[in-house]
Amino acid sequence: MAPLTDIATKGRKVEGHRPWPRVVVTKEVWRLAIQEFVEARATLLGLWGDTGAAHMALLDEASNDILVVTVEGREFPSVGKLHPPAIRLERTIRDLYGMNPVGLPDTRPWLDHGVWGVKHPLGARKRSSGPAAPYTFLPVEGEGLHQIPVGPVHAGIIEPGHFRFTANGETVVRLEERLGYVHKGIESLMTGASIDKAAQLAGRVSGDSTVAYALAFSRAVEAALGVEVPPRAVWLRALMAELERLANHFGDIGAICNDASFSLMYAECGILRERTLRASNACFGHRLMRDRVVPGGVAADLAKDCVEGLRALVETVRRRFPELIEIYDNTASLQDRTVTTGYLSPSLAREFGAGGYVGRASGRAFDARKAAAYPPYGELDFTVPVFDKGDVNARVWVRIREIEQSLALIEQIIERLPKGASPDGASPKGTSPMGTLRADLGTPGEVREGIALVETFRGDVLVSIRIAADGTIARCHLRDPSWFQWPLLEAVIEGNIVADFPLCNKSFNCSYSGHDL
Amino acid sequence: MRRLLLKNLLRHPVTETAPEPDGAALAELAANLDRAARRKLGRSLAIREVDAGSCNGCELEIHALNNAFYDLERFGLRFVASPRHADVLLVTGPVTKNMREALARTYRATPDPKWVVAVGDCAVNGGIFAGSYAVEGGVRSVIPVDLHIKGCPPTPEDLLKGLLALLEGI
Repeated sequence: MAPLTDIATKGRKVEGHRPWPRVVVTKEVWRLAIQEFVEARATLLGLWGDTGAAHMALLDEASNDILVVTVEGREFPSVGKLHPPAIRLERTIRDLYGMNPVGLPDTRPWLDHGVWGVKHPLGARKRSSGPAAPYTFLPVEGEGLHQIPVGPVHAGIIEPGHFRFTANGETVVRLEERLGYVHKGIESLMTGASIDKAAQLAGRVSGDSTVAYALAFSRAVEAALGVEVPPRAVWLRALMAELERLANHFGDIGAICNDASFSLMYAECGILRERTLRASNACFGHRLMRDRVVPGGVAADLAKDCVEGLRALVETVRRRFPELIEIYDNTASLQDRTVTTGYLSPSLAREFGAGGYVGRASGRAFDARKAAAYPPYGELDFTVPVFDKGDVNARVWVRIREIEQSLALIEQIIERLPKGASPDGASPKGTSPMGTLRADLGTPGEVREGIALVETFRGDVLVSIRIAADGTIARCHLRDPSWFQWPLLEAVIEGNIVADFPLCNKSFNCSYSGHDL
Repeated sequence: MRRLLLKNLLRHPVTETAPEPDGAALAELAANLDRAARRKLGRSLAIREVDAGSCNGCELEIHALNNAFYDLERFGLRFVASPRHADVLLVTGPVTKNMREALARTYRATPDPKWVVAVGDCAVNGGIFAGSYAVEGGVRSVIPVDLHIKGCPPTPEDLLKGLLALLEGI
């Protein structure tokens, strides 16, 4: 029997949880589920708190089956005790809900820096006062070691977080991250909010992935409510998602090279990124396409005459980008910085279920566009590039190959975009654009649950949602891909020189805001 | 690489040039910004960006100011790595409680005279994040603000307009 099916039969199935099943299990079965991670038969997709319960999403990578298991009560056996990828998630559950993962090896607070004025903001709230206790970093002992504290305010135009390096000379012995600085309490703001308001919040979890987040949230809502999205809207969503991927990958490749002081690539990739944003703006009226994906469909159709702009963009990239790849690949001083730097082993990538270019540069081929095969990707022709060297260079190459795939996807989408509208993009006379591009959500009249897995440019985002009978959000959890990538950054920097940290960091490009939530 | 550099030399630059009488809004802006910057600050204004809890959307567009199209540095405006080198703090985000102390310290570390520009809708009053237990609710609740640039996120053009307004005002 498939491992997840075995666990599913041992629990009480929850009706109305779609599309993948959720079962309520005993602590014994919860322990069996943990064992699936330990024995590498399942991957941890998410672990989050709820009122009086903890949920855990498991993925069977052989069959792409997903199962959510729930354990009730204020205590549950720690997953992190046996499976390290869960440690920060459990520290977060402690902070937000005051629940106790029994046996959790690291009980320091994670997102709670002691200044919110409340404890357990999503659980039984308690007022807290007084100065925050100082945070204890892990001890590092040895001769000739020194520490380098960096952040939360960094030198560049980037998000805040704290990095504590311990180095011996130039060599990093240990990096410890401290995050949570941009925790905005988004899940708390969503509770009780209307679906539309919550969708806007979802689109502001991580600004670079606003399309993918809005899509993941919308798909979870649509699964819960059983809503069918109009075909043209489905394809427009994919167009936006691929434009977003393209823009971010250009930005990342340029920024990685810039961290090796190779500013030519930075400038050239910056031009391609800007052209992508401008084409997106011409089509959808917003450079980042924020609030364009909405539950039920999309907020607006393509602007008139913008398809030519998209074709021109694809043509420009096809013409300019190969020259840049050639420069990247043939510049010894640049290769010297990226090749063998920041090595991530395939076994760690697999254990942590690292998504996106982090996983795919270390042999883990998982891509939610294939695994969850949400429409229209099942009908589109594309491959998922995988490398096995696990270094900064491999993470650059995944992006290069994904840019090529995204270009091909954009071409296929504009070629095959379902009509529902006249060829120039405008809606035919007599039909309301909302009618053809956004399905009505209705009011459920009962509690509904949905879950969605969507591929952002940096990996898979998981959204779990419970909608109350009146159509407001009862609970929504959004798990950024960075949760399983940040800890790996600590691992890959070990033994590298301090000066290579920016390269490693940029090649991961984890989200602070998406993680801190 | 030499071939690309040579081609780039012969190619028309992508940087959108400023003083065309019939140019786009951006071009007009660029001309104004240049004159004002010169008059007030002798071609030099150092900007320190501080993310105080943004979703990172504003950072992406602030970054874009450095690309070849907008090329902020041609106006003598540049981003610096330390508040101690800065004239202007460009602050994004609703100011999370976890960033309050860091923002206040960054402000204190910036030498006078200094100006604060709050960027993005949520930097005004918390925006969509207002009311959260984890959010202060706008940059003004922590440090004095001289100017707000609205938008979610503001476009690079909006950002240029905002910096111009600051130069006109100070």
